[in-house]
Amino acid sequence: MKIKNQEDFWAGLMFVGFGALAIWLSTDYPMGTASRMGPGYFPTYLGAIMLVLGAIVAMMSLKSGNGEKITPFAWKPMIMLSLGFLLFGWGVDHIGFIPALFGLSVITAAAGQKFNVVEVLLMTVVLIAGAVGIFIYGIELPFPLFWWR
Amino acid sequence: MESDIISNLALGFSTAVSPINLFYCFIGVLVGTLIGVLPGIGPVAAVAMLLPLTFNLDAVGAIIMLSGIYYGTQYGGSTTAILVNLPGESASVVTCMDGYAMARIGRAGPALAIAAIGSFFAGTVGTILVALLGPPLAEIALKFGAPEYFSLMVMALIAAAVLAHGSMLKTICMIVLGLLVGIVGTDVNSGMSRFTFGASGLADGLSFVVIAMGLFGFAEILCNLQDKADTASRDILNQKITGLMPTVVDMKAAFGAICRGTAIGAFFGTLPGGGPTISAFSAYAVEKKLAKDPSRFGKGAIEGVAAPESANNAAVQCAFITTLTLGIPHGATMALLLGALTIQGIAPGPQVMTQRPDLFWGLIASMWIGNAMLVILNLPLVGLWIKLLKVPYRFLYPAIMVFMAIGVYSVNNLDLDIYMTIFFGILGYIFIKLKCEPAPLILAFVLGPLMEENLRRALLISRGDPTVFITRPISAAFLIATALLLAFMIVPSFRKKREEAVADSEAL
Repeated sequence: MKIKNQEDFWAGLMFVGFGALAIWLSTDYPMGTASRMGPGYFPTYLGAIMLVLGAIVAMMSLKSGNGEKITPFAWKPMIMLSLGFLLFGWGVDHIGFIPALFGLSVITAAAGQKFNVVEVLLMTVVLIAGAVGIFIYGIELPFPLFWWR
Repeated sequence: MESDIISNLALGFSTAVSPINLFYCFIGVLVGTLIGVLPGIGPVAAVAMLLPLTFNLDAVGAIIMLSGIYYGTQYGGSTTAILVNLPGESASVVTCMDGYAMARIGRAGPALAIAAIGSFFAGTVGTILVALLGPPLAEIALKFGAPEYFSLMVMALIAAAVLAHGSMLKTICMIVLGLLVGIVGTDVNSGMSRFTFGASGLADGLSFVVIAMGLFGFAEILCNLQDKADTASRDILNQKITGLMPTVVDMKAAFGAICRGTAIGAFFGTLPGGGPTISAFSAYAVEKKLAKDPSRFGKGAIEGVAAPESANNAAVQCAFITTLTLGIPHGATMALLLGALTIQGIAPGPQVMTQRPDLFWGLIASMWIGNAMLVILNLPLVGLWIKLLKVPYRFLYPAIMVFMAIGVYSVNNLDLDIYMTIFFGILGYIFIKLKCEPAPLILAFVLGPLMEENLRRALLISRGDPTVFITRPISAAFLIATALLLAFMIVPSFRKKREEAVADSEAL
């Protein structure tokens, strides 16, 4: 058995997984009846539909396709952008808006191929100035600027 | 009836020309054009990113500005398509072919002008259509019960799947996934928390801002970082743009194309699930079919610029018809606009027109004013947009990340929203890798709670009898239309056509 369309095969499996997850999570919620739908009614049926459709997608990928392959993932940008966002999410409350932005900007800039320290620092300063101007003084979002305030 | 429209439009214009609303409209179209010019960030992410800027505005101002961003992106997208062969977003992909060809033979000016004129014409027609069709449609929609709404939403979602790029089966899976994501949060009927994994921050459900930023912002950046090396070496035209005005011959050639493009765009724009991209492609295809000498296309035929540009703008305007009157968004961007209305405390639906006439008619009038502003703005600012294009991507994406992060965080002041954006960003990246179209997901996400509620109500009234959906005539009509759409997809010749069209658009 050979997979003729890698994209569809894995997409199908993903949908089957999400469908199964939805059905499994919904077992905690009462189904009710058609005339009195419980909280579990809609998600269970949706999960079932997705499981079946996903299975069809996966099975069809075995039969037809032009050898579509999945291109490799870009791990470095994935990790760096996630780290930047994590730091920002945690940081606004703990270290303040400006340090959090600084971290976000520098870390995301490091996801690219070129990283010139002077360039990145300059850009970061401009970004922070712009963001503070627009969001803190302009539309008055209530974020602490630094950890001491 | 006619005097009604005139008095309504008068109310609209008096709302729209208030200095503050003019200002919001101006900011909207300016920022929209800017985002349309920049590649790698589309209208969905743009509207989501700039949503926080509208939190402090009143509802009218907020919706005027956000709509301005939406149709502004279409203009910006076409400018770069013509000048640098780089579509700012997907609806202007076709414009590249003849627009850039015109620019290369020294006719960038007429190309830009005809795009602006066509768009303005289409925008005007679209505005009139919204004004004419809105009230009667809202009247009908007020009579809809739960079964009608449920069937209408089924139709809208299936239409979105049929018109989307790529495999329809996978798109339907994405829709179901969107409906499931819409379930996250507290069930209004039972008070039960569903799919929250015990996180209290998810009790109110996921914010559409989080999903839009993740799927359309974060994921796009990941893709761009992988695909493109730095884009410093873009083929930017440095020639001076001379002779803006098209000749009489140009105008004659373009006039028919503009009219046909407008009609096609209006059709697809009103259709649930249709949108500017498919309109532009269809309009271009029609022009090529009708032309006496099709070989001119791709070498600088002015019809090849006029038709798709008119079509995508008409579609953008007409999208407001169903969105405003039925409360059913027809695409991802419209779903965001409705979400913005909800944040402003306005429940979208046919009652908006009667309860908030200033909002409805003010928006319509401002759309026309905004289109006029774009014509005036776009041509003199061309030089500025070109300069902007020279900003390398390595400066652009951290700026987008910063704006996105602040945008997401400011919705609820919740760090969990940021973490969820990472989740949806990586999920969106996987979707791109697996060629799964994310736009229908967000449409389904917005419709999900409405769909469940209407299904529940319909079945409650009918005592659990599912035939209620086919015994009520309007509901049955929607379902028959849905069945026809699906049947079309199974007919081999039509499916082949669609696949060809999809292949064409992917090849570009």
